[in-house]
Amino acid sequence: MDLSDRKEHLEFRQEVRAFIAAHRHRVPKVSGQSYRMHPRPFAPDMVAWQTLLVENGLASRTVPTEYGGYGAEPDILKSRIIADEFFAAGVPMGLENQGVSMLVPTLLEHGTEQQKQDWVARTIRGEIFWCQGYSEPGAGSDLASLQTRAVDDGDDFIINGQKIWTSSAHIAQMIFCLVRTEPDAPKHKGISYLIFPMDLPGIEVRPLQTMTGHPSFNETFFTDVRVPKTALVGPRGAGWQVANSTLKHERGMLGNANSSQWRLNRIREMMGRHGPAGQKVSASPVHRNRFIELQARVQSLRAHEMRLVTGAARGQPPGLGDMVCKLLTCEVNYALDLFAIDLQGELGVEYDKYSGLDDDGIWQQLSMYDLGLIIGGGTAQIQKNIISERGLGMPREPRLTEVAGG
Amino acid sequence: MDFSLTEEQQLIQDSFRGLLSRSCDLNVVRAAAERGDEGNSPFDATVWDALVELGMPCLLVAEEHGGAGLGMIETALVAQELGRAAAPIPFIGTAVMAPLAITDGDLLSAIAAGTTRIGVALQTSGTSRDVQSGGARLTGAPVAALDARDADHLIVEADGQLHLLSATGVGVQVTPTIQIDPLQMAARLHLDQTPSVPLQNVDLAWVRRAGRLALAAQSLGAAERVLEMAVAYALERKQFNRAIGSFKAVKHMCAEIAAAIQPCTAMLWYAAYAFDHLSAEEAELQSLLTKSHIDEVARFAVRTATEVHGGMGFADLPGVHFWYKRAGFNRAQLGSPEVLREQAAVLQGL
Repeated sequence: MDLSDRKEHLEFRQEVRAFIAAHRHRVPKVSGQSYRMHPRPFAPDMVAWQTLLVENGLASRTVPTEYGGYGAEPDILKSRIIADEFFAAGVPMGLENQGVSMLVPTLLEHGTEQQKQDWVARTIRGEIFWCQGYSEPGAGSDLASLQTRAVDDGDDFIINGQKIWTSSAHIAQMIFCLVRTEPDAPKHKGISYLIFPMDLPGIEVRPLQTMTGHPSFNETFFTDVRVPKTALVGPRGAGWQVANSTLKHERGMLGNANSSQWRLNRIREMMGRHGPAGQKVSASPVHRNRFIELQARVQSLRAHEMRLVTGAARGQPPGLGDMVCKLLTCEVNYALDLFAIDLQGELGVEYDKYSGLDDDGIWQQLSMYDLGLIIGGGTAQIQKNIISERGLGMPREPRLTEVAGG
Repeated sequence: MDFSLTEEQQLIQDSFRGLLSRSCDLNVVRAAAERGDEGNSPFDATVWDALVELGMPCLLVAEEHGGAGLGMIETALVAQELGRAAAPIPFIGTAVMAPLAITDGDLLSAIAAGTTRIGVALQTSGTSRDVQSGGARLTGAPVAALDARDADHLIVEADGQLHLLSATGVGVQVTPTIQIDPLQMAARLHLDQTPSVPLQNVDLAWVRRAGRLALAAQSLGAAERVLEMAVAYALERKQFNRAIGSFKAVKHMCAEIAAAIQPCTAMLWYAAYAFDHLSAEEAELQSLLTKSHIDEVARFAVRTATEVHGGMGFADLPGVHFWYKRAGFNRAQLGSPEVLREQAAVLQGL
């Protein structure tokens, strides 16, 4: 156990610091978090920042140079150093949207040469927005039951159906989409992974109103949308495997504890303010206790992340330790949001959904958005299934037919 | 950065786990608890001898006194295994806090050789009655002095300093009380003008911090053990023609315990690392955060694991209750979570 940097990493840390010092003035005015919660086209300063990071190997650094990346060897410790130094300096990291974090690794692993040439470079520079066409009204946790059909028509597929939770669909130029191409195959084997433009005839995007008041998600309808078969990523009928294989790229943790630490740091500042009675908020024993309780939870996740990063750097396969991250991080972030609102007392009820994100209204918004994250991307209950079944070796719940027979 | 156990640390963990799984199974624990419940000492000499042979009391004793001169990470790993096994032997007073407080070479050698047992009574608000020192004499009645039962020596905190005294001398009464955790060797002390030797130049906060981390490690071991028991029971027990572990209501309880426990290992390692390598302030903060957090996780784990066992969890047979009680005892020792959190708040200037 040695928490200091080895020489190579120490030098890398200094390089990252030097970069931040030299380019701090180019940081975009609006944060990535804001774009995430209110998807909209990037301002020029955001694209310029992202391009700068890519060129310097500080974003998408392992993407090969022939596809516009930096071509670095995977080194999770260096990725971690970038995340920590950017966080410590309060400087936005590179993009981690669905195009960058899901589509690009998928194309690099399964895409044709043409697909990689066409999309990877522009996606990592933030020039192309992608939306994800996975969930459907009838296919949420049971995603593999999806019903959007793609019928074979010579050189094309003709797509009919509906997707939901397509964040950014109203601004995305492209979609990566799971569709059913083999309706007679078992449900996991009849799915194909397609990529196609969002401006094709027959695609309609309708905003999905949410509890935050911001339509950050959409419903997307497909009516006889004609897509060439060159849109296939990986073999026809193998879409489920293609989509799942990229999950191994995202260990669902890098920078996550930083998202909790960021909340904790802001709450720490709030604790020092004066409350309505003239006393500091931190004078309240109940609030002090609650703050430290949350601080301890965040600290446990920070340490856990260091352990996982070490394991990954040594090539150990992900295990139970990785399976708990989504559940724990989402829960602690939500608890931090609620604590921040409670600290505001009566002022905590004020919520101007049209105000900027960099005022106090951020907590009201996060307290809803983070509940959404507990549900989205695999609900807390699905996470517990994964933890108990894959992590603890407990049996699956029998299917209805088995129960009926028993 | 390399945040993982060294080969040597892994070996320590494996050998203690192996030894305890062989020599301290549920029958041994149950027999010890029965002794404890009857007011007798739960101490198991066979387990103790085996642990001494493996070097348990040597951990924190310097090599010049026959010890291993190891650090808090190794100590925490051993404590975790002792907690997992609910081993009925003295440890935190005798082998963790005493070696840090004592400077006498002979006594340190005796600790390392496993030939002496030392009880420790620190003051933590709400758990101890104050002890006053008048000159070199102590008066007071600490409630639950760790490892004090059948101890040869006692270390007692009075007026912000540690004092060493004979457990069998004049003015000392060591009264074992029947406790919620029958596997403990804690006892109530009655000191009346008791002659003692002040332990000079000992950092009391450092000693307390070590005890805190060892308690947290034991509770984490207890939480891990009850999770294993819960999963095993849920796979074996059948209702409605299927293993209850296939019901989501049951397996989600197990998943919640596992999720709560998982980050605690790294949290404990980091706190132990801070103890060994970082500033006193960082080490103090981490020990406060870690014990308070693991106390809560352990409480959740032992309660939920009991529920996974259904009615049997309330019964004596599966033995989950031994760890339920161990977690409760540890929580109250050297500061309950609320006390520790307040200390952490003060430490950070809140």
